[in-house]
Amino acid sequence: MPSSVMPTSRQGDGHLSTTAISAVGLRKSYGEKLVLDGIDLHIPAGSVFALLGPNGAGKTTAVKILSTLIAADAGELHVGGHDVAADPQAVRAAIGVTGQFSAVDGLITGEENMLLMADLHHLCKREGRRVAAELLERFDLVDAAKKPVSTYSGGMKRRLDLAMTLVGSPRIIFLDEPTTGLDPRSRHNMWAIIRGLVSDGVTVFLTTQYLDEADELADRIAVLNDGKIVAEGTAEELKRLVPGGHVRLRFTDPTAYQSAADALREVTRDDQALSLSIPSDGSQRELRSILDWLDSVGVEADELTVHTPDLDDVFFALTSGGNVPHQPQKDAR
Amino acid sequence: MNSLSLAVRDSHTMLRRNLLHAWRYPSATLNLLLTPIMMLLLFVYIFGDVMSAGIAGGGADRSDYIAYIVPGILLMTVGSTVIGAAVYVSMDMTEGLIARFRTMAVYRGSVVVGHVVGSVLQSVASVVLVGAVGVAIGFRSTDATALEWLAAFGLIALFALALTWIAVGMGMASPNPEAASNMAMPLILLPLISSAFIPAGTMPGWFRPIAEYQPFTPAIETLRGLLLGTEIGHNGWLALAWCVGLIALGYRWSTAQFNRDPM
Repeated sequence: MPSSVMPTSRQGDGHLSTTAISAVGLRKSYGEKLVLDGIDLHIPAGSVFALLGPNGAGKTTAVKILSTLIAADAGELHVGGHDVAADPQAVRAAIGVTGQFSAVDGLITGEENMLLMADLHHLCKREGRRVAAELLERFDLVDAAKKPVSTYSGGMKRRLDLAMTLVGSPRIIFLDEPTTGLDPRSRHNMWAIIRGLVSDGVTVFLTTQYLDEADELADRIAVLNDGKIVAEGTAEELKRLVPGGHVRLRFTDPTAYQSAADALREVTRDDQALSLSIPSDGSQRELRSILDWLDSVGVEADELTVHTPDLDDVFFALTSGGNVPHQPQKDAR
Repeated sequence: MNSLSLAVRDSHTMLRRNLLHAWRYPSATLNLLLTPIMMLLLFVYIFGDVMSAGIAGGGADRSDYIAYIVPGILLMTVGSTVIGAAVYVSMDMTEGLIARFRTMAVYRGSVVVGHVVGSVLQSVASVVLVGAVGVAIGFRSTDATALEWLAAFGLIALFALALTWIAVGMGMASPNPEAASNMAMPLILLPLISSAFIPAGTMPGWFRPIAEYQPFTPAIETLRGLLLGTEIGHNGWLALAWCVGLIALGYRWSTAQFNRDPM
């Protein structure tokens, strides 16, 4: 199959866009244990996709399968336009993988690790040295380049790991829990690096158990629990899935507060703060109706804020094994 | 680039990595040489008088015993060096780096080829080092021709290849480097029950067949014949058969494990 042929799909906004990763009915079990129970994924090129889930949900297994490390039991899988089962070598040429456990050679130096990658990508000596030097610079590893990797800190190892992944300029990158075990500063550094990748037009498939990370980085998020995708959408769409969202009106004038409280139904009053909470999903329509209501009774609030539940609420609601809310809308294909 | 030159190039890269490790950490390789060198010195200088009385029908002196023991020690060195390969393979397979290699568009077997070729080269280098110790304490080859020297090196390299493939299989089968080291122990213990230190003919009758037909004895007897002009007899063919058999077995075993899906 020529590599230039990529499946295309129509996005919600009508633009024709290529698909970087697609999975239909992905299944995998280890012996009796069903790890992935029919997963469907559709990730447009140039986007960041986060697979979010608790430990043991099957995130790593999904990455291992899509990155050709292990075989799926069933499912139609395409990465970079290549069939994962039929042409794994072509998939490998298109991807870069940074796994959960650091995939660096601790016995040699950071620079030697980079040159090893350059050799394996069949770059010529000069090009290899150039790419290695450039990436070591970009990942702030120049000072440590000549030291054995076994002396690196966790954050440095992760950076080197990702730098090694980038040697072949992959267009699709898998990051399996890229910040697990990192301190807050290293974590933010890693986020900045990942954002940098995206601005280069690379597709990123990310797994994480941190909600803020998915919120921070991903265009779309799928929540994986017990081998099934229980919700999928943008961070905002997911947040609207769970109750707890409200609009808060704050007043400085007690009379205005009183009349607003009388006019609106279903409000929670906070007499001391002179504020009212109205349950709402934060959608435009609901906001307009609240504003219309306030206008009609001639009250003006001093401050209006929309509170959506954060992803933590979503995560716990979706992965606690309780009722799973309906998906807001089928994601546009 | 066609697939063969790709395979050669990737394997070469992996071999360079392997040798770079050996170069950076010479102590790891040298440690493995301690056992054969200590055995050599122990048997020659401490047990030497008793041992020499037992060979060549008595009347042999220490220099005769040095000549007798060195070929066995050289092949024991091979057994000892490849334990390093087992440990190293296990280390590689249980760490994250192997997953990276597997998800790259490189020749799949290149990691294993790198280990195998690296281990054979290290074995030959180790044999040269231990051989130098042997020469230093008085070992001399008697009238070996250039062709016999060549054959001796060929035998050592082939034997190293055979034991390496077995060691690689052991490394793959082990859950961690410690287990690999334990599993590979027989490779250094087998010489003790071969004709390395005493002639198999002096062993108890029931044990003699085991000593005579295990892989080390035919190889030792062949090497002895090549370097010292003793009778090789059927041992040459036996050694060759053992090597080919072990290579085939180790290769099948290793590749089957390597191609299995990692967990």
